[in-house]
Amino acid sequence: MEAFVRETGRAVVMPNDNINTDIILPKQFLKNILKTGFGKDLFYDWRYNADGSLNEAFELNKPEHKGASILITGDDFGSGSSREHAVWALTDYGFRAVIGGGFSDIFYMNATKNGLLPIVLPEENRQILRGIQADEYIRIDLPKQTVTYKDDIFHFNINSQWKEKFINGEDDIDNTMKYEKLITAFEKQRPIFL
Amino acid sequence: MSKTLFDKIWDKHVITGEIGEAQLMYVDLHLIHEVTSPQPFDGLRSTNRRVRRPDLTFATMDHNVPTKDIFNVQDQMSKLQMDTLVQNTKEFGVPLASIGDDKQGIVHVVGPERGLTQPAKLIVCGDSHTATHGAFGAIAFGIGTSEVEHVLATQTIWQIKPKTMGIKVTGKLLKNTYAKDIIMGIIAKYGVSFGVGYAIEFYGETVENLSMEARMTMCNMSIEAGSRTGMVQPDQTTFDYIKGREQAPKDFEAAKNYWSQFYTDDESDFDETLTFDVSNLKPMVTWGTNPGMATPVDQLLPAIKDDNDANAYEYIGLHPHMKATDINLDYIFIGSCTNSRYEDLEIAANMMEGHHLAPNVTAWIVPGSRAIRNRAIKSGIAKVFEDAGCEWREPGCSACLAMNPDKIPAGKHVASTSNRNFIGRQGAGSRTHLASPAMVAAAGIAGHFVDITADEFV
Ligand code: SF4
Repeated sequence: MEAFVRETGRAVVMPNDNINTDIILPKQFLKNILKTGFGKDLFYDWRYNADGSLNEAFELNKPEHKGASILITGDDFGSGSSREHAVWALTDYGFRAVIGGGFSDIFYMNATKNGLLPIVLPEENRQILRGIQADEYIRIDLPKQTVTYKDDIFHFNINSQWKEKFINGEDDIDNTMKYEKLITAFEKQRPIFL
Repeated sequence: MSKTLFDKIWDKHVITGEIGEAQLMYVDLHLIHEVTSPQPFDGLRSTNRRVRRPDLTFATMDHNVPTKDIFNVQDQMSKLQMDTLVQNTKEFGVPLASIGDDKQGIVHVVGPERGLTQPAKLIVCGDSHTATHGAFGAIAFGIGTSEVEHVLATQTIWQIKPKTMGIKVTGKLLKNTYAKDIIMGIIAKYGVSFGVGYAIEFYGETVENLSMEARMTMCNMSIEAGSRTGMVQPDQTTFDYIKGREQAPKDFEAAKNYWSQFYTDDESDFDETLTFDVSNLKPMVTWGTNPGMATPVDQLLPAIKDDNDANAYEYIGLHPHMKATDINLDYIFIGSCTNSRYEDLEIAANMMEGHHLAPNVTAWIVPGSRAIRNRAIKSGIAKVFEDAGCEWREPGCSACLAMNPDKIPAGKHVASTSNRNFIGRQGAGSRTHLASPAMVAAAGIAGHFVDITADEFV
């Protein structure tokens, strides 16, 4: 997984609450058997018109937002189905962080496994961030747990284990196999009928 | 120390780590289906890893299965996913119930049916409705695709312990109201995110009197309340359900003794508690685009409070001054891991017996597993559906999420026994109204919802 330490990037604002995983990546794209290539299908129903042409009014399609790496959104982002494809679509598109009022548990976990940094900030902070112009930058500093925009510095919380994982870009399975002895010992004492 | 059911099972599964941080947990049962497994198996292959415990893993096919002609998979991507599962399970030695197999069906229906789902287990699956299995007094939750790979390789999962919420259900259900109405009523009252961060336990006399099937319906929809886990304490009803099933413990008495230690010591052990009284609960129907947008069948649809409501009304094509009984239905769908078990079909068939579908209503009845299908054919309830004019289908997820050929056309209203009424969930532009199997069956006959607690039905 790609490490995340600091990111300075432009941002796209999608202020709606309750953007669920069906919206982030509609289910017709779940049939892929690979992890890559979902970026073009991100927010499909909003991004494209019914005839498949680009919906030019949609934020992501505005030329000035090309290359943005930070998404600023509302409450309850990523609710609904547990599809990790939603996170893959966001990272494949080029997003490295999502700043929202809250995330569904599963989405948050999925994000931590794929190097997409979920940042929870209160409404008063996000209100300021929503004022960002297309040519302005936001700086995220994970070691310091700060989001900087112009003169404002906002602090965010993150569990220390997730933080370390992001910074080291660790593979979960390697990490877990450090506990192989404990797992084997645990296995031996499980009730026989489990 | 006094503990909840959830705490007790949790503690039995911690390999290492402290509460408050991610803890390494042992997984007793890992269920797999074709949609969220290709990438994990691919990951194992590319890193030269094996499945640590194929014996604790079970795979089936459900999401992509065509339910009309089960062996004739037209969609090439669906076929690829299904073929990939066949190949992967063979290569890694994982048991698979493929299409046509007696054991095939919706993963959350098949686990309990095989006797794999048991109390005090920690159960995971790459699917959010894994909460269903909590009905047996297990900790069961959905995981993401990377986590599927992690569980395959290590049989463990890192988890931060959630808080616990006890929902005490009191009162006696009116005739023709069911577990589906209870859970929909709770979500309508408290919203779609009150359970975020909590493991929910349903308890109280009303829950104790529910069948396993009904308990599964409630736990299934805990996810629609924002929780990842819903559970019910194991009791005699649980033990009776498991006994004699294919994968039931050989030494059943020993297992039963072990299971019997898992219960919540005291209500005060929960971090949060709610009480929900069902005495006056009417059958519930959703009018909007999330499961919380639901109303009792005999009441006017709610006024528009905000943009979400306005958007929902616009999508669904209804107005606040209507009642659920005014919704003209084009389709009914009885199926999904919420309500496709034998008991659900039986309830629906009882409603339909001797009647015919309203003109213009198309009905898909989709049993949750082949075993259920076979039983329903044998007992005659399949014929009741067919005589009523319904299509009697093969087992799978079907129109619950329409990632197979079973799609509700745009603009059409469907009364559905499934769990999600999101925009486009049952087909692009489809308009879903969630309800219980009895309500959906009665609606199919009438062509619109009816209050089945009214005198002429009871
Ligand atoms: S029946 Fe529906 S909710 Fe259940 S597993 Fe299948 S798609 Fe998911």
